[in-house]
Amino acid sequence: MTRQERRILLNNIIMFLSSAAAIAGMLFLFWIIGVLIYKGFTALNLDIFTYDMAPPGREESGLRNALVGQLMLVLGASLIGVPIGVLAGTYLSEYGGKKGRLARLIRDISDIMMSTPSIVIGAFIYALLVEPFGHFSGWAGIAALAVMMVPIVLRTTDDMLQLVPGSLREAAIALGAPKYKMILQVVYRGAKTGMLTGILLSIARIAGETAPLLFTSFSNNFFSTDLNQPIASLTVTMFNYATSPYDDWINQGWAAALILALFVLGANIIGRIIIRTKKGDR
Amino acid sequence: MSTICEVTHEHIIEVKDFSFYYAGLDTPNLKKINMPIGKGAVTALIGPSGCGKTTLLRCFNRMHDLYPGNRYDGEILFKGRNILDKKEDLIKLRTQIGMIFQKPTPFPMSIYDNVAYGLRLQGIKSKSELDDRVEQALKDAALWKEVGDRLKSSGTALSGGQQQRLCIARAVAVEPEVLLFDEPTSALDPISTQAIEELIIKLKEKVTIIIVTHNMQQAARVSDYTAFMYLGDLIELGVTEELFITPKEEMTEQYITGKFG
Repeated sequence: MTRQERRILLNNIIMFLSSAAAIAGMLFLFWIIGVLIYKGFTALNLDIFTYDMAPPGREESGLRNALVGQLMLVLGASLIGVPIGVLAGTYLSEYGGKKGRLARLIRDISDIMMSTPSIVIGAFIYALLVEPFGHFSGWAGIAALAVMMVPIVLRTTDDMLQLVPGSLREAAIALGAPKYKMILQVVYRGAKTGMLTGILLSIARIAGETAPLLFTSFSNNFFSTDLNQPIASLTVTMFNYATSPYDDWINQGWAAALILALFVLGANIIGRIIIRTKKGDR
Repeated sequence: MSTICEVTHEHIIEVKDFSFYYAGLDTPNLKKINMPIGKGAVTALIGPSGCGKTTLLRCFNRMHDLYPGNRYDGEILFKGRNILDKKEDLIKLRTQIGMIFQKPTPFPMSIYDNVAYGLRLQGIKSKSELDDRVEQALKDAALWKEVGDRLKSSGTALSGGQQQRLCIARAVAVEPEVLLFDEPTSALDPISTQAIEELIIKLKEKVTIIIVTHNMQQAARVSDYTAFMYLGDLIELGVTEELFITPKEEMTEQYITGKFG
């Protein structure tokens, strides 16, 4: 075998191995999505959206309360988590400085928080907001999800603001803009695409969390919008239904999984569309 | 130490024993500079890289205050008032002394909003007044003919030369008394450069201009006075023609004849 033949052979081997690895990864991904779509759509019907959760065997049963609970939890967490994350990210980028000691500490802590297992955050909120009150509550669920959201939003906001060129800030200052107006009117405007994408991705991320909710909002078989009480969510319902021995519950679990997956997919797609349309007019 | 010619224009700015220290440095970046700036004239700052010309320019609108730790020493008198005073209102100062940067810096908003930005900062809300002043500023910046019919389109979509004239319009709109140009054409093609230079000569009817440039021909073309700086010292300030034809300092002569720099 000449050197050239050996080189070509080696090239083919490596190409084969990397392609095989890529295909293996994709295979599982499509397998999961395929099963999810098949089982989810067979289980999906109008009843899912119009009836509340019911004991197994009941005709009129659905996931309405879980859907509403999920939306309330995600919305509540976003209303708390996004402003804190955006403001903290603004501090890091605009006031703390790249090398500021406090800013670096906050960045490090937020990185650690981002990789903290979500169940640990659930247990923390349990100790803080469930144990002292003696019962699970929607507020505790919101708090747990918001805590998870803050580091994600904070980091993307920080990164996106730092991408705005310093010359733009100087130009605004040179026109006589006070710093807060410079940030609100010029820097945010330059970074809004990235910030919005980060927020959407963080919403998609927390929407799929189960572990922190098990300890906090728990679940509720009845329709409830009272955040002082336990509240149903799609993720916890999925967990309960999927591990139950009843066929109709398991089917509804698939429907819940599909709805959740579509929601997350939707948030991701919207995020990407925003990026793309914005790039056009740069 | 330095040779200062007589500035026959009324002095709008008077730099007196002025030194500047960047954060954390004990040695000054600008050393005891004394220099008058003539009202309604164009003063060019030239010199090799690192001589402190941009540093000096950014002192006139206290841009260095954006970054903590920078220190001024001495006086810069603007119409008799020391702008280095701690009580100086920087926002007011920056509306009186505007700045154009090396790279065009249009804000990510429409052409109209770009020009109206400084006006709105001053609290002008009347639509008709904004319209008038935006139009006037764009005319002053020789941009109206090109963009007058598409004021709503994005300022960032213009060409580099148009963006720079947009920035000039934005600065002119607030009617400053002094305009600082920091190498305004170094990122532009020759035709856009010519347009900006013609604009500078036209603008000096209304405002005093200080321009930093790497390009000696540009200084010769647009300025009335030229200051040659070297390593943080002002070596020579002269009437532009005299400085380029009969420099008084040996170092100036060496620089303008290309012996170093």
